[in-house]
Amino acid sequence: MNENETVMSQEYKDAITSLLFQLADDDFLYAYRGSEWLGLAPHIEEDVASSSISQDSMGHAAMFYKLLEDLGIGNADELAHSRPALDRKNSVLMERVNGEGYYMETPLYDWAYQVVRSYFYTQAKKIKIDSLCESSYSPLADTAVKVKMELYYHRLHWETWFKQLLSSTDVAKKKMDEAIKKVMDDFNDVFSYGNEKLLIEKSRLISSEEILRDKWKASIEPVFTALQMEVPKLSDKPTKNGRNGEHTQDLEEAIRTLSEVYKFDPIATW
Amino acid sequence: MEAFLEISPRHVYEVLEGVQDPEIDSISIIDLGMVSEVTTEENNVKIVLLPTFLGCPALDIIKMNTINAVKELPEVKDVQVEFVLHPPWTSDRITEQGHVNLRKFGIAPPPKRMEADGTWHIDCAYCGSAYVTMDNIFGPTACRSILYCKSCKNVFEAMKPVSTLM
Repeated sequence: MNENETVMSQEYKDAITSLLFQLADDDFLYAYRGSEWLGLAPHIEEDVASSSISQDSMGHAAMFYKLLEDLGIGNADELAHSRPALDRKNSVLMERVNGEGYYMETPLYDWAYQVVRSYFYTQAKKIKIDSLCESSYSPLADTAVKVKMELYYHRLHWETWFKQLLSSTDVAKKKMDEAIKKVMDDFNDVFSYGNEKLLIEKSRLISSEEILRDKWKASIEPVFTALQMEVPKLSDKPTKNGRNGEHTQDLEEAIRTLSEVYKFDPIATW
Repeated sequence: MEAFLEISPRHVYEVLEGVQDPEIDSISIIDLGMVSEVTTEENNVKIVLLPTFLGCPALDIIKMNTINAVKELPEVKDVQVEFVLHPPWTSDRITEQGHVNLRKFGIAPPPKRMEADGTWHIDCAYCGSAYVTMDNIFGPTACRSILYCKSCKNVFEAMKPVSTLM
């Protein structure tokens, strides 16, 4: 039976809402950080590819915000632009700056970090999307089926970069190793539902954190084996959990920048 | 009392054949397989469209152009256009006529099948040669890739294959 046609329990609706905010905010910030590479990617073809991936990912975020709008949570554009950092549910990894400096001045961005972050996140997103294709909430399952087809190309793209840089020069390998460590330090909340773990997991919207994390590890293992490397371990240091609204200064600054035009005239029709 | 003529869905489809992709003006939304359903009730028309790629900025323009075009029919009072994700749009929904019209624009139609390793092959959109290389899976729009033909030495584009098997 379609949930849209039945009365949804408040608990079920809360679970969907929590999960959708996590998915939407992840893709929104991921796309924003990706778009900051525009004009700065290592070569022209990568500029085309990166911006295309960012555009797709922003489209995915827009779909998740739209599902929230359909549930009566608020206007999709407003949910994307107007919520303060404290209310955001994205993983900390998604909000991290691309490197030192500012886009408009002297950006000293770290391409190795972008490759590792993108590859690990895209692989994690694929594991989640595969699970969401079977979601108990059919509008979310329909969206996942569509996202999956686009994600296929993103994953292929980042895996290629990942393998090539790690099979390249000593300098490249060193930079990649450092990036892997940095990304893993922030990876704990990627597969966390935060305080909503029980609520989300019992609603059959998506698999449990543990199942997804194990699937992710298994999915990247062959790549690491081929590179004669060990699958990196999750950090055992205490880290912020973005799912609970714990964030860094990077997110505050990102929101200020990305919402500047929107806040200039919120009732404008674009 | 004003008497409206009955709307024939066939007329609506004929009009939709004239609604083009704003980024590829040789191809219509019918050719692309974006039209899922047309229903009429009295003098109102409802059209259900399938988005090709979720972040495609042309979708809003397509919606507006669809409404404006169908409103031109004298028997139509109100037009509603809705995007749905089910069934999902896949590249095999592009019609045979769509394949012809894509080539007119210098875009190779999507390949019918992919290899086991996820790669795919397409012949040159201009000369039909199989002697081509993939330049960039990602292209100027979400749905296109960039290739190079070593026979006629042209850069050309191809519609990316997308399917639920991916």
